[in-house]
Amino acid sequence: MKNSLRSQKIAFFFLLIATLFIVIPVGLIIVVIIQKGLPAINWQFIFDIPRQGMRAGGIFPAIVGTIYLVTGAILFALPIGVMSAIYLSEYSRENVLTRLIKLAIINLSGVPSVVYGLFGLAIFVVFFKFGASILSGSLTLGIMILPIIITASREALESVPQSFREVSLSLGASKWQTTRHIVLPNAVPGILTGTILGLGRAAGETAPILFTVAAFYLPKLPHSIFDQAMALPYHLYVISTQVPNVDEKIRYGTAFVLLTIVLFMNLIAIIIRYQFRKKKKW
Amino acid sequence: MRKFKEFIIEKLIAICGVASIFFVILIFLFLLKEGLALFKIITPSQFIFGKNWYPISEPAQLGILPLILGSLIVTIGAAIISIPIGVGCAIYIAEVAPGRIKEILKAGIELLAAIPSVVLGFIGMVTLVPLVKNIFHIPTGLTALSGSIMLAFMAMPTIVSIAEDALYSVPKSYKEGAFALGATHWQTIWRVMLPAASSGIVAAVMLGIGRVIGETMAVMMITGNSAIIPQSILQPVRTLTATIAAEMGETVVGSEHYFALFAIGIVLFVISFVINVGADLAIHKRK
Repeated sequence: MKNSLRSQKIAFFFLLIATLFIVIPVGLIIVVIIQKGLPAINWQFIFDIPRQGMRAGGIFPAIVGTIYLVTGAILFALPIGVMSAIYLSEYSRENVLTRLIKLAIINLSGVPSVVYGLFGLAIFVVFFKFGASILSGSLTLGIMILPIIITASREALESVPQSFREVSLSLGASKWQTTRHIVLPNAVPGILTGTILGLGRAAGETAPILFTVAAFYLPKLPHSIFDQAMALPYHLYVISTQVPNVDEKIRYGTAFVLLTIVLFMNLIAIIIRYQFRKKKKW
Repeated sequence: MRKFKEFIIEKLIAICGVASIFFVILIFLFLLKEGLALFKIITPSQFIFGKNWYPISEPAQLGILPLILGSLIVTIGAAIISIPIGVGCAIYIAEVAPGRIKEILKAGIELLAAIPSVVLGFIGMVTLVPLVKNIFHIPTGLTALSGSIMLAFMAMPTIVSIAEDALYSVPKSYKEGAFALGATHWQTIWRVMLPAASSGIVAAVMLGIGRVIGETMAVMMITGNSAIIPQSILQPVRTLTATIAAEMGETVVGSEHYFALFAIGIVLFVISFVINVGADLAIHKRK
């Protein structure tokens, strides 16, 4: 017995070490970026255009580009994603088609991001002739985040108790009225969480926008959805690998802004989820 | 009128319901449309087993064996690092950690999953790459090893969260039974929980590896991008994904090189399809 307790201690010690191997580097990464990135942040850095071949000035066009792209992606993915989730949770039966849909969702979420980039290039840029534009990039990102939104929305819809639906139906409401006025409002926090996580993912991805929208250096703001645009993640890639002699401060500053946007969205999602669980009526 | 409106809405919902299937097929079709044109020029076996990737020489040599091996060496390295650490961390979170710490650790893992790959690539470039260079006294730190270490961190969140789910879904009665027989907590984990959760853990590992194979930006920034057959883990390599990302910007639409990059896309799509379907089967076997 004594022996087995000792081996338990040793085993748990190694499990703890494994955990620290993940947690400590994560903490370090975030601390380093904050420590070296925060001093670079000032009014000019956020709201100025890049100057001197991106070695000076700010990152405003990249921030704006990312906001446009993410907004476009959500406008495309949210309605389709939520309706798809409604279908899976409220209308579908356990059959081959449903199984296929679920497999397709799993596959969509597993397709490498660069393959989304290829797809976006082939269909939106070349086939539909949208060119490298905000439209092409948004649609590509939208399809990429579709599985995130579907999965989160479906979970939210399915967690609404069956009795809610039964009461509504027994009062003479139709299936769609029940879904629209009873199920959907109760699932909003969950759908919102999924949407924000999707936003964060879309804001941080680089590979899908490489060939569909991203401009290497474009020191002006885009005017229409058919314009090319700079984007934060691609800008970080460019100034850390493609342009020599960029001040380290600018690199860290860009990484800091990108990381802040992405983690901020995740934080909001976590808070909404937490509040919702606390207030849950059932 | 109301009936008609509802009819339209419900049809719309059904259409959106199958949207995922539609998009998967669409992605595959467009990859095939652009990629298969390559095989009018070279044979599939020349493409897969060709030892030279010189896409812009005259005549172009489009063999992706060095790229496949590059992906393979980086992936194996990342798997060796991330599987024991990831599964260990999952066990710690699911079984050992006390309540409050558990929540903090889970938030930390979620945080890691959320960091964009280009940020991890950047951090790898400024910290890990010089470190690898100095430790091994090699001319450049942009090596397969650096890539493996960085990619291990991208696989871990996937492995941890799915393996943890698998451990949670082991029926409580298994654990209670083992305790009742006098087993220690660790003996219960090792002999009862892990075997019971094994198919879920296998799925976790598969999906983690899938994430590594598909990763693009970080790997492009820190593996050094040289398309030669790797002899050791301390050499620069180039992966399938990085090749597409690095070269697509410079190709002409409709050129041989363009078709070849799409053909690589087909290879990646098929790999991710096999991994995801396999992992899904493993998870469903458990249930």
